[in-house]
Amino acid sequence: MRGAARTPPLARAILRGDRRALAKTITSIEEGDPAIGSVLRILYPHTGRAPVIGLTGPLGVGKSSLLSVLIGLLRERGKTVGVIAVDPSSPYTGGSVLGDRIRLERKANDDGVFFRSMASRGEAGGVAASTREVARLLDAAGFDVIFVETVGSGQVDVAIRGVATTSVVVLVPHLGDEVQTLKAGLFEIADVFCVNKADLPGADLAAKDLSELVALGAAREGWAPVIVPTSTTTLSGIEELWRGIEAHERFLDQNGLRAVHERARLSAEITDRVKDRVGRDVAARLDRDPDLRRLLDRLVAREIDPAGAADELFRARYAKS
Amino acid sequence: MVRRTKTRPIRVLIAKPGLDGHDRGAKVVARALRDAGMEVIYAGLRQTPEEVVRAALEEDVDLIGLSILSGAHMALFPKILKLLKAQKAGNIPVFAGGIIPDEDARRLKKEGIRAIFGPGTTLQEIVTTAQRLARGPA
Repeated sequence: MRGAARTPPLARAILRGDRRALAKTITSIEEGDPAIGSVLRILYPHTGRAPVIGLTGPLGVGKSSLLSVLIGLLRERGKTVGVIAVDPSSPYTGGSVLGDRIRLERKANDDGVFFRSMASRGEAGGVAASTREVARLLDAAGFDVIFVETVGSGQVDVAIRGVATTSVVVLVPHLGDEVQTLKAGLFEIADVFCVNKADLPGADLAAKDLSELVALGAAREGWAPVIVPTSTTTLSGIEELWRGIEAHERFLDQNGLRAVHERARLSAEITDRVKDRVGRDVAARLDRDPDLRRLLDRLVAREIDPAGAADELFRARYAKS
Repeated sequence: MVRRTKTRPIRVLIAKPGLDGHDRGAKVVARALRDAGMEVIYAGLRQTPEEVVRAALEEDVDLIGLSILSGAHMALFPKILKLLKAQKAGNIPVFAGGIIPDEDARRLKKEGIRAIFGPGTTLQEIVTTAQRLARGPA
């Protein structure tokens, strides 16, 4: 199986929507298997078609439950859905419990949904390093809409911007006062704000704080984030949430922003990839660089400072001219 | 079949087929496998055999652990094994835990359940067996 999995028949299987081929290829991507590169190269021209909807927000706000009801809504409308749900890996053991499937309710034999759990595997920012590539794979496999659910995010976990065409920031009542909404990071990346658990008291206040944030000029490129109160218990607001997401997707098309954003995302991805390789290369070289040891001696003796040491090494090894 | 090396975490599905709501055991085992460095896909309660198999294939797991306390193991486990075989995934090892009488356990092992853990099993025993099943040859 392994040998056959490395040839174009695998790419054909994925374009056909073969679920086993898809599942195995996601594993290869996660493992960084170099042999999968040729398949991804063949599939790349078949990507860039499906909207990628990011669901992010703190832990416990109801991202998985929202995802489940959104999947239900889209299936009723005949849309197929690919899902990547990311949960954290342990910094101690590398292990993880990926629990986003438990909210998933779907008909047992519905091939219109493909759901894959991913562990973050040491990557900061809320998604896994290979999430972008896996989202493209689901796109190539022909799913109409792709969802990426991030790990429970903190204020700086904004990596979903590099994956999603529309980012939904999910919040709940009583997360903090209006000053929280002024802070940089998570609140800046929302194309759609979802105030979930809106059946609980305080939801109107949370929505009001957000609408003041938006009124203060959080709009980017002419888009003012939509604010939608939802409840996955009463199912209120779910249609409105999807309408808000669709409105943003339409806005991207009508204002020529889809291509602009895609270029920015790809540029960031290429930079990441090159930085990653250069970084590993530099680390390996420095590790066996005799000058580093000499500099360390001088550092410990307080003859130079860390910035000076880095500068000296950079000039000696990497600076042009 | 692709075998996991040291650098690739073992992916294991923990699911509770059938209708009982006693998921403490499944959660304790999920946590122990996590602490042993595995990626545990926790599918939760009341899974049909079809859902278990679908999750196992989508998640491309190395191993499936089933927890059951309802007494329906003789109906549900063979069905899961059969569905896996039908999907050409009969090579994914399946282990089980719960309240399973010895005689049933013997029959289920003959059918292809690779290990069965009853009350009193230590977590270390489950972890070691799971590692062996995921990595070792059939």
